Amino acid sequence: MTTDGPKLNLGSKVATYVVLTLLCLPALLPLVWMISTSLKGDTQIYNATDHGLSLSTLVPSPLHPENYPDALNTLPFLVYLRNTLFLCICTVLGAVVSSAVVAYGFAKVNFTGKNTLFMLMIATMALPGQVTMIPVFSLYRSLGWYGTYLPIIVPAFTASAYYVFLMTQFFRTIPNEMSEAARVDGAGEWTIFTRLILPLSKPALATCALFQFIGTWNDFLGPLLYINDPAKYPLAYGLQQFVTLYGGKHAQLMAASTIFTIPIIILFFFAQKTFIQGISTTGGK
Amino acid sequence: MPRGNRDKAKQNLVGYLFISPWLIGFIAFTFWPFIRSIYLSFTRYNIVTEPKWVGLANYKMLLTQDELFYKSAWVTIKYAIVAVPLGIVAGVALALLLNINVKGMSVFRTIFYLPSIVPTVATSVVFMWLLNPNIGLVNRILAVVGVQGPAWLSTSPWAFNSLIMMALWGVGGSMVIYLAGLKDIPVHLYEAATLDGASSVKKLRYVTLPMMTPVIFFNLVMGIISAFQYFTQAFVMTPNGGPEDSTYFYSLYLYNRAWKYLDMGYASAMAWILFLVVIVLTGLVFRTQKKWVHYGG
Repeated sequence: MTTDGPKLNLGSKVATYVVLTLLCLPALLPLVWMISTSLKGDTQIYNATDHGLSLSTLVPSPLHPENYPDALNTLPFLVYLRNTLFLCICTVLGAVVSSAVVAYGFAKVNFTGKNTLFMLMIATMALPGQVTMIPVFSLYRSLGWYGTYLPIIVPAFTASAYYVFLMTQFFRTIPNEMSEAARVDGAGEWTIFTRLILPLSKPALATCALFQFIGTWNDFLGPLLYINDPAKYPLAYGLQQFVTLYGGKHAQLMAASTIFTIPIIILFFFAQKTFIQGISTTGGK
Repeated sequence: MPRGNRDKAKQNLVGYLFISPWLIGFIAFTFWPFIRSIYLSFTRYNIVTEPKWVGLANYKMLLTQDELFYKSAWVTIKYAIVAVPLGIVAGVALALLLNINVKGMSVFRTIFYLPSIVPTVATSVVFMWLLNPNIGLVNRILAVVGVQGPAWLSTSPWAFNSLIMMALWGVGGSMVIYLAGLKDIPVHLYEAATLDGASSVKKLRYVTLPMMTPVIFFNLVMGIISAFQYFTQAFVMTPNGGPEDSTYFYSLYLYNRAWKYLDMGYASAMAWILFLVVIVLTGLVFRTQKKWVHYGG
């Protein structure tokens, strides 16, 4: 049984709506301000020296949609977008496949040292990245990977502790009787994994794919350390470069930020359920 | 007997094959670098030439002569002390509010969750613009109510406060976890409390909050660990450490030491001090667990 919170009388209901609506303002205003600035002309941005607030502060009139092509011409954001998508596809594929394989090992196969290794894997999640950052950098450098996408893509294929944890939890809820029956029929572990467990685990796989996609989309430190060729920048790094180089072009900067943010928001709306379920199963259980 | 052994050996082989992607990655990208960074912390190393052994020199220098080390450590600790508890209080309060049973609540939940999925670099860029001293939205709103807003990111206490504010904007991320925790509290506990004549305040104090402590504990630990690695926002918004180094976070200083000055041995020593502090702190938090975290109903 779960709770849905207390039932309320009319007065408390109205009060609840008022408080929630007031709180929505700080939650939404930064995003509204971003989009509204991205559609303003210079005079609309700077001639606000009376510091007043009016409807036109948030809803510019006339609109200046040409800021978007302007932004794309200032820095090649479409190239950055392509780079980001490429990185997202590679890392999603790598992380989901490898984490599922590893999770099956931890959830369904009994081998010596399993529990110790599982605990060790969980512990690595608390290890600050700064500790391993420098030796890992010099390792990739000596492999000749500096300046390529390999330092971002290859580690994704070695499974992520977080996703392995999520998937292990999920695989454990699948009853062992089914795999036992398949084993009696002579199926090997790999067959059971690919034919039986994976098709039943689509929600967990989708959650991890989504998290990884967003993680790579947002990743800033990876490209900052390893990508030195502007033609290879992903969006997150490109946007930071925009601030450094053209920080004064407010409208174009906000247009670029909007281009970077909107796809993630759209993705969220389409996959809201997968999202919330995934996060909810993480918390302290 | 031999047959059982052979089965066990086969099971082991299969098991290790399945976990091999993680095991290989762990050894190559975590364990070996972890050990190697201890060694590097005792050397002078610039990536290009071989590391040169200097004994305890890096640690000595850090602890006795480097003011920026203490300054950045303090900024980071201050951030953890302020942002983590604030985030927990705001997240729990918001979750309690969003758990009330009224129509249209799912829309509000979506709205409050939204900020937490905006990419960090975009959030930083948008806040820089929001906080623009002359034509930013925040100071314009303040002007309407007759308050002259500060030059947020370029004056000392305000730059730091801006980052706290920005962290609170993203509180929806942990709110969802608290909300899930609230949904898991068994109804019979509330029913029993009602039978005992408990008021809503008492129910909150003696049922809801104690039942939420495992989730709060989880968020506290994760919050501390990530506060100590706070980097991207500081790097984008105040790459030089902000006014009077007031937003010169530890990880930002570490990054600059390593990649701006190619002082990799020194940065490795900094990383190890960070690691030890995080271990000790999380260890202490785990020890307080018995006193306030309630597991099971």
